[in-house]
Amino acid sequence: MSRLGTITRRSFMVLGVAVAGGVAFGTYAVRKTPPNPLSPEGEAVAMNPWLIIDQEGVTVIAPRAEMGQGVHTTLAAMVAEELDVAWKDVRVLHGPPAQAYYNAAMMEAGLPSAHYTRDEMSGWQEALLHAVPKMLSLQITGGSTSTVDGFDRMRHAGAMARESLKEVAADRLGLARSQLRTEAGMVIGPDGRGLPYADLAADAAQVEVDQPDLRPRTDWKYLGRAMPRLDMVSKATGTAEFGADVRLPGMKFATVRMNPKLGGEMRGFDASAALTMPGVERVIDLGSGIAVVASNTWLAFQAADAVEIDWGPAPHAETSAELFGKIAASLDDPPNSTLRDDGDVGAMTGTVVQAEYRVPFLAHATMEPMNATALLEGEYLTIWCGNQAPVVIQQKSAEAAGVSDQNTTVHTTFLGGGFGRRGESDYAALAARIARELPGIPVKVTWSREEDMRHDFYRPAAIARFSGAVENGTATALFARIAAPSVTRSAMQRLAGFAPPGPDKGHVEGAFDQPYAIANYRVQGHLTDSPVPVGFWRSVGSSMNGFFHESFIDELAHAAGADPLEFRLGLIRPAHAPSAILLETVRGMSGWTGRTPQGVGRGVAFTYSFGTPVAEIIEVRDEDGYIRIANAWIACDPGTALDPGIIEAQMVSGLIYGLSAAAQEEITFLGGEVEQFNFPDHDALRMHNTPRIEVKILENNTLMGGIGEPGTPPAAAALANALFDLTGIRARELPLNKSFDLLL
Amino acid sequence: MPTTLTINGQTHSVDLPDDVPLLWVLRDEIGLTGTKFGCGVAACGACTVHIDGAAVRSCQVALADVWGEVTTIEGIGTPDRMAIIQEAWVEHQVAQCGYCQSGQIMQAADLLATTPAPTDADIDDAMQGNLCRCGTYPRIRAAIHAAAAKLQEA
Ligand code: FES
Ligand code: FES
Repeated sequence: MSRLGTITRRSFMVLGVAVAGGVAFGTYAVRKTPPNPLSPEGEAVAMNPWLIIDQEGVTVIAPRAEMGQGVHTTLAAMVAEELDVAWKDVRVLHGPPAQAYYNAAMMEAGLPSAHYTRDEMSGWQEALLHAVPKMLSLQITGGSTSTVDGFDRMRHAGAMARESLKEVAADRLGLARSQLRTEAGMVIGPDGRGLPYADLAADAAQVEVDQPDLRPRTDWKYLGRAMPRLDMVSKATGTAEFGADVRLPGMKFATVRMNPKLGGEMRGFDASAALTMPGVERVIDLGSGIAVVASNTWLAFQAADAVEIDWGPAPHAETSAELFGKIAASLDDPPNSTLRDDGDVGAMTGTVVQAEYRVPFLAHATMEPMNATALLEGEYLTIWCGNQAPVVIQQKSAEAAGVSDQNTTVHTTFLGGGFGRRGESDYAALAARIARELPGIPVKVTWSREEDMRHDFYRPAAIARFSGAVENGTATALFARIAAPSVTRSAMQRLAGFAPPGPDKGHVEGAFDQPYAIANYRVQGHLTDSPVPVGFWRSVGSSMNGFFHESFIDELAHAAGADPLEFRLGLIRPAHAPSAILLETVRGMSGWTGRTPQGVGRGVAFTYSFGTPVAEIIEVRDEDGYIRIANAWIACDPGTALDPGIIEAQMVSGLIYGLSAAAQEEITFLGGEVEQFNFPDHDALRMHNTPRIEVKILENNTLMGGIGEPGTPPAAAALANALFDLTGIRARELPLNKSFDLLL
Repeated sequence: MPTTLTINGQTHSVDLPDDVPLLWVLRDEIGLTGTKFGCGVAACGACTVHIDGAAVRSCQVALADVWGEVTTIEGIGTPDRMAIIQEAWVEHQVAQCGYCQSGQIMQAADLLATTPAPTDADIDDAMQGNLCRCGTYPRIRAAIHAAAAKLQEA
């Protein structure tokens, strides 16, 4: 087992025990500040792991990946808020792989309790949540955790730097620090004279100051406002560098072909035709597939098509029907988890409702296909790629190239979409493996769209069985059983070589943790043993459970003869007031009356995920026999809205991502192979079929929540519920274009 | 035999087989990486450039078939001197991951050249070949309207 594997296993054991009992453990390694990984060149000074100051201004080192969610801008605003620099003088870089950049919020998200029941954390809990990710170097962008994780740390980084700079200035001017203030990159004395930060930085980096208080919200200048994104100009001018855009002198262009029968072996290949094709330099045997190295990516694509490969069969079931059969069968196994078990669901009285739902496997289909660039020079490996987990990229690439982690440098570029796919490391490890065959020569490895779509770590297919009861217009019982291959186990197996035991929380998220006051309420997860590789897909378990839970709540409402929105309000209000306000808000925004005219249907759904409750209403309209997804209203409550412009964009983005999948996306298997190849087979919403969308952001929640994912989970159910309102047909299976003539 | 291309006003001599798509000439040979590869089958629009001012999918145009002057995203404006349409993109904070945006902007620029005051329906028609997995469509629409208004003033 790899070194990461050993550490990870041990640490998870620590977490397992510690969460239950508050166990003490090696506090030294935990308390010590991780080493500063930055060593900037020339006149620049690294104040701490998050901040470099030079003559041009300040550079914020973002511990998280910019994949479209705007996190670089918000993390930089946190630093700038305390540091007092002009926004135009702020730049951001992706941080290198380093322990200093561990994600504590990621671990908090793993707590097996519902977010809405949490209060501020106790000391030991907090210490623990920082300890484990720090020890694991858990530098991951995911779980909509980046701003929650960075909120204190990035502001402290700015505040500490500010006070250090003032301390040095005070010393030089023979004044007290309290006599000085800071503004726009300068320390300013009582006489108005200013000392630029750049002149103070070298000394300031050596000074220790006590941690100052963070500024209250009433003093905020950057946070709480829609800031111009720091990546916007480069992305509007084609100058932003994505992994696919990396260029190095003498670079070769390569592509790969791996077994389309996922997990199957390669029995052999014949490259003789390919090797005669123009521009082709090498065909490399990767064991599990081949790589073609050429002078141009397209020439490599052509030659890869010309390699005749004998692929062995997939070790998993051959067809989607067989895979669904396995998932259904796992409902008969004992449950892996019962994370909600209120009252007694055994004896349901009143009107009893039962339903079974299904969702398909899904591809991430990031706009930028998988790619990475690698260069092996002697014992040193350098990797360039967009990624959500630099430490893992470092370790897996080093392993593939046969060098040490310490000798492996990872440069993280912008990500042309992540959605969880770039939390994997396969594409970087393949590039490293190819670089091993081309010592001293940089090689960029770009996957074709087909290779990308057919070698994903898919959002798992799932089946859910629900039963519930209504009496006197309200729900008295809800029992949900959810079966699917486990994302956590599949991903941990790849990451660490073992699957964590115990209840899989991610599997039932979006179902067990919803703020509904239903007296008899049980949610159980069943894990299916399926070798189809599954992975984190925007909103993970909530992406399916939002559909299941909110479709069923709708069915209960109709069985109770109640308005679906009022029915939800009645159940949510006693459990979590801020969530109820969201339902009232979308009711007001949309002018919901509970009645819709002929030819119009409306549906509502609510999911509390990644710390942020979101209510959505979708309106569909009949247009000459086709159904248009016409309008959408979203109300969300992230507790503190750090950048309303970015939050609005993420809510819209999350909704469109969810609607795209709900309307028309599915990955199916035949002969052990994925049947979809490219966008024509797995398309998304586009300009003409995206609804008009309005967003309201509220701030009643006590804890801060994420924004990158919570817009997605309610989307499918809101659409299905609207289609029911329009047609009277209850679709219990996605995608919805199987049941309706959607205008796509 | 090398092929001669005019790209963003500059002449380039390219020694590649005739059937290499313009996209891959631009990206790998010339080093103009602002134009993106998304699908290779005319299904996403990430590779959109102009030939003689009209939007085309550069993944579908073979090197030997390039019939006129090529303009890429780098050719319509730079970070210091953005085109009006790029300014509108910044003003409306359109981009998320940004990977599709070069293609979106080139397609929208073509629309505005032929239809100076596009309706929502015009935008739907012109832009539906350009996929955005981040779902930036509402802001693209707003930016196109804003750019149209600005261009008409100018
Ligand atoms: S890459 Fe040309 S349309 Fe997608
Ligand atoms: S901005 Fe990410 S694909 Fe369009």
